[in-house]
Amino acid sequence: MNARTKMILGRMAQAIPVVMGVVVISFLLTRALPGDPAAYFAGPAADEASIAEIREALGLDKPLFQQFFLYVGDLARGDLGTSLTTGQTVMSDLAARLPASLELTLVALLLSCAIAIPLGVLAATRPGTWVDHLCRVLVTAGVSMPTFFTGIVLIYVFYYLAGLAPSPLGRLDFIYLSPPHVTGFYLIDAALAGDWETWFGALKQLILPATTLALFTLAPIARMTRAAMLSALSSDFIRTARAAGLGSRKVLYGYAFRNALLPVVTTLGMVFSFTLGANVLVEKVFAWPGIGSYAVEALVVSDYAAVQGFVLAMALLFVALNLVIDIAYALIDPRIGLN
Amino acid sequence: MVDMTSSQPARKGDTTLGHIAYVLKDNPVTMLAFAMLAFFLGCAFFGPALVPYDPLATNAARALEAPSWDHWFGTDNLGRDVFSRVIVATRLDLTISVAAVALSFVVGSILGSIAGYWGGWLDAVLNRCLDTIMAFPLFVLAMGVVAALGNTVENIIYATAIINIPFYARLVRAEVNIRRNAGFAQAAKLAGNSDLRVLAVHIFPNALPPMMVQVSLNLGWAILNAAGLSFIGLGVRPPTPEWGIMVAEGANFIVSGEWWLAVFPGLWLMLAVFTFNLLGDGLRDIVDPRKRT
Repeated sequence: MNARTKMILGRMAQAIPVVMGVVVISFLLTRALPGDPAAYFAGPAADEASIAEIREALGLDKPLFQQFFLYVGDLARGDLGTSLTTGQTVMSDLAARLPASLELTLVALLLSCAIAIPLGVLAATRPGTWVDHLCRVLVTAGVSMPTFFTGIVLIYVFYYLAGLAPSPLGRLDFIYLSPPHVTGFYLIDAALAGDWETWFGALKQLILPATTLALFTLAPIARMTRAAMLSALSSDFIRTARAAGLGSRKVLYGYAFRNALLPVVTTLGMVFSFTLGANVLVEKVFAWPGIGSYAVEALVVSDYAAVQGFVLAMALLFVALNLVIDIAYALIDPRIGLN
Repeated sequence: MVDMTSSQPARKGDTTLGHIAYVLKDNPVTMLAFAMLAFFLGCAFFGPALVPYDPLATNAARALEAPSWDHWFGTDNLGRDVFSRVIVATRLDLTISVAAVALSFVVGSILGSIAGYWGGWLDAVLNRCLDTIMAFPLFVLAMGVVAALGNTVENIIYATAIINIPFYARLVRAEVNIRRNAGFAQAAKLAGNSDLRVLAVHIFPNALPPMMVQVSLNLGWAILNAAGLSFIGLGVRPPTPEWGIMVAEGANFIVSGEWWLAVFPGLWLMLAVFTFNLLGDGLRDIVDPRKRT
């Protein structure tokens, strides 16, 4: 137990230089602006005097080294600047929109894990059968599908042709009132309020975008599960377990699956990276009011502080997720803490 | 790859070409991938000269027509021929991804070779930098880079190259690192070759086969990435035909049932990515038969 705690603390310490690197890159991106950053931050309507004022306010007249510390100081206070389009601070904009993105991402990941992991296990235990072929086709097709295209095809089929899905415009149809804000996750908030009509309304809006993202993440998870299961099933300890006369269910789920789960958990980190990127595209397709569509709107009008804050927030989110995955790994793996 | 048959083709397969021919005969899917690659390259080189309509010519009288014999893929909201635009776009999309992958190949090879051969603090610094790049969700980093450098096609290429560099640098670093003290490298060194020459001529070529696989898989990913960036309005400007932006424009018409605007460029994009992915798997079979799945 002691060694395990030490390993978790060590892993958390490793995240510190990465966070510092992320902050440095994000700072460099701000300074790499073509032209005058002050003019960008001031917006198109600014005149000479206000640009000079902003340059002073942002500390852009100071040496680069000093600017970096000012930047870090601002970050420490949670100040990411002010968005030109909304007039709010970037921090409050991101905080208001983050639950929408997280709800979409998490539902999509749960969905794809629920399909991909059993599919991978079945494909590995029955090689050469139709399950195996289905898995292979899904894996190859899945990595070639542009998410934004999948989303559009799904809208065409389920909204325009079949009429099953509601119009792809945001988190909730306008006939419903959004549930009282507790967590910002509509599914949870509506359930807490006991408002099941709204809950179903939110779920209906969520299904198509979540399926789009899930189709995208299905491929790497299924591929990894299948490979990990195959290598676990061919290892010595499985042969020993079988030779000892253990039942096939016990061998499969008690020994092979638990060991195969470890590489799958590791892959989830990479999958998160892709999901957070794909999120931006899916949010644009479905007019989902998350931080991805916020960044896209900001990009179009060169609202620089907003884009900057978005990139930094996504990177920090990703670092945090990877940390959680690694800690989960340490908790799952029974070998850690023994030696 | 069954042992029983290996005695016969082994004689013919002594040469590299013979081996490639043998693997290809065994795997029709890779043949298909090569044929599709030839098709896309043909479109890129000759497409603009062969298409039936000017991809930029508008014709208000025939706007939003469904696919027909006149217009195979229909026409868009300005009456432009979707088929011509899809074919002409091939050149731009392939150029972006090939340029980006070539750039990351070169930069990644140089960085990885230096880190793998000399090791020490160079290696540590490079690894830290690569870790930091990988700490970003890669598409998001590409968005940030394009936003910072400016909204042009060249910057799409740079952004796509930057997010691909870690993969190449790590691969080359690993391949160089395990060989830097190998017998042949030491022999070359003793024979009076400089470090740089040993690295470039004797060690680095060993990393090329796995690099080729990586290139092919990466090309597909680079196309997806570039199309994704232009889908959200970065890089390519509207009248220019490009798959991502065509899907984005067509998306506005999908809810009213004009599916051909978005579906055909999307399909073409998917086919191109699919081709490179199949090619990557096929190349891996040729390069490293043990990893076949």
